[in-house]
Amino acid sequence: MTWVLANLGLIAERSWSHLGLAVPAIVAAFALSVPIGWFAQRFRWSRAAVLSLAGLLYAIPSLPLFILLPTVIGTSVRDRLNVIAALTLYGVALMVRSVADALDAVGQEVVGAATALGYPAWRRFLGVELPLAGPILLAGLRVVAVSTISLVTVSALLGVSSLGMLFTDGFQRGIIAEVITGIVATVVLALAVDGLLVLGGQILMPWTRRTR
Amino acid sequence: MIEFRSVGKTYPDGTIAVADFSLIAPSGRTTVLVGSSGCGKTTLLRMVNRMVSPTSGSVWIDDLDVATTDPVALRRRIGYVMQNAGLLPHRKVIDNIATVPRLTGVSKAAAHVRALELMDLVGLDRAMAGRYPGQLSGGQQQRVGVARGLAADPNILLMDEPFGAVDPIVRAELQQELLRLQRELHKTILFITHDISEALLLGDQIVILRRGADIAQAGSGLEIIARPADEFVAEFVGLGGERQLDIRRVGDVEIVLDGSGRPLGQVSARS
Repeated sequence: MTWVLANLGLIAERSWSHLGLAVPAIVAAFALSVPIGWFAQRFRWSRAAVLSLAGLLYAIPSLPLFILLPTVIGTSVRDRLNVIAALTLYGVALMVRSVADALDAVGQEVVGAATALGYPAWRRFLGVELPLAGPILLAGLRVVAVSTISLVTVSALLGVSSLGMLFTDGFQRGIIAEVITGIVATVVLALAVDGLLVLGGQILMPWTRRTR
Repeated sequence: MIEFRSVGKTYPDGTIAVADFSLIAPSGRTTVLVGSSGCGKTTLLRMVNRMVSPTSGSVWIDDLDVATTDPVALRRRIGYVMQNAGLLPHRKVIDNIATVPRLTGVSKAAAHVRALELMDLVGLDRAMAGRYPGQLSGGQQQRVGVARGLAADPNILLMDEPFGAVDPIVRAELQQELLRLQRELHKTILFITHDISEALLLGDQIVILRRGADIAQAGSGLEIIARPADEFVAEFVGLGGERQLDIRRVGDVEIVLDGSGRPLGQVSARS
């Protein structure tokens, strides 16, 4: 505990840069997955291929990806953007299938009703299908968020600042308290973000909490 | 007026939903299409607002071939009420009712004022305005569905088994409400049901369909009961069964018995 109390500033700073890597990646993964998942769901012929390809992204080991990605996107290995891009890919790998499943789960009856009322296709997607897919999208997003926050720690091996650095530094200097703090802080951060997502879902989807 | 001119619908797999169907649904009247499930009645209804395109023939609204219209604009001009109400579960009652006016660009305030008036019209307590459809009973949801269908004040109302999913008592109530509304509003209603009693109650014109949307008989309820076109119609409407009634004299009154001999009531004194 004394280590923790003596290093509160450091922990806060590392948590902050941890979030600075995770949050943009989570947001970007979501933003990219919605159109890709929509495409896979809308055009049945592409579904199997798109979902398998997206899933395969997750099979790329993370360290090689961190090292290879800069050659594609032109950043340096230790660039924070490089880490965010890699995490985004993993997020997309998980999220695309959720998007396709979530859109599948929207009742055909409701979609038909919206069409009969005179919704144009794009407005029906944004105004009816996407919000009604919300609960399953949220479930997928929660998995992406927690997994991204935990994956961020790997970037410490490249020397990018995050809570992961508490493990690497703690190992090198033999400070067990620092290693444990790194683990606990990562878990706490993941739980906090998850809680915020659940809360956000309740605010954005009020119809899901007040049923009868 | 809605006119079907020799419409047909054959699906790519060869299934014939509608063979060759012609009908005029006169303005300001209720036309009921009645038939067993799978007879093509819903397909016919959906041709009117271009949810389904006929593979032959055409559907006209007054002097307009619907195939030449923009489907989205067309649908906004036609009220549509469906089974299970088809409400948008993520939108409050008032927003559900205001959907079509909002789509056509009416301001939110004006659309809400109109929605509240419609709630009065269909007998919904205004206190329900802020609720979500999932918080309403089946009958209330269906009233919201009717209010939503009327929101843009369309001339035409398409009703696809709108009362099929509610219990008999609520159904009877909703049917009476619809009759009352129609006396006030004089919409051109195309109504679908598989229930002949509902058809006889609501329809100015009743069209009995066989498989493939083949018209077995079309006419007023009176005509159909008085002169069923054939065995199929007679059986469908219950002649020879529950609707085959008997009159028996008991003392100085005449009573009516149904097909199984159950007394239904007295005959009013005749002049």
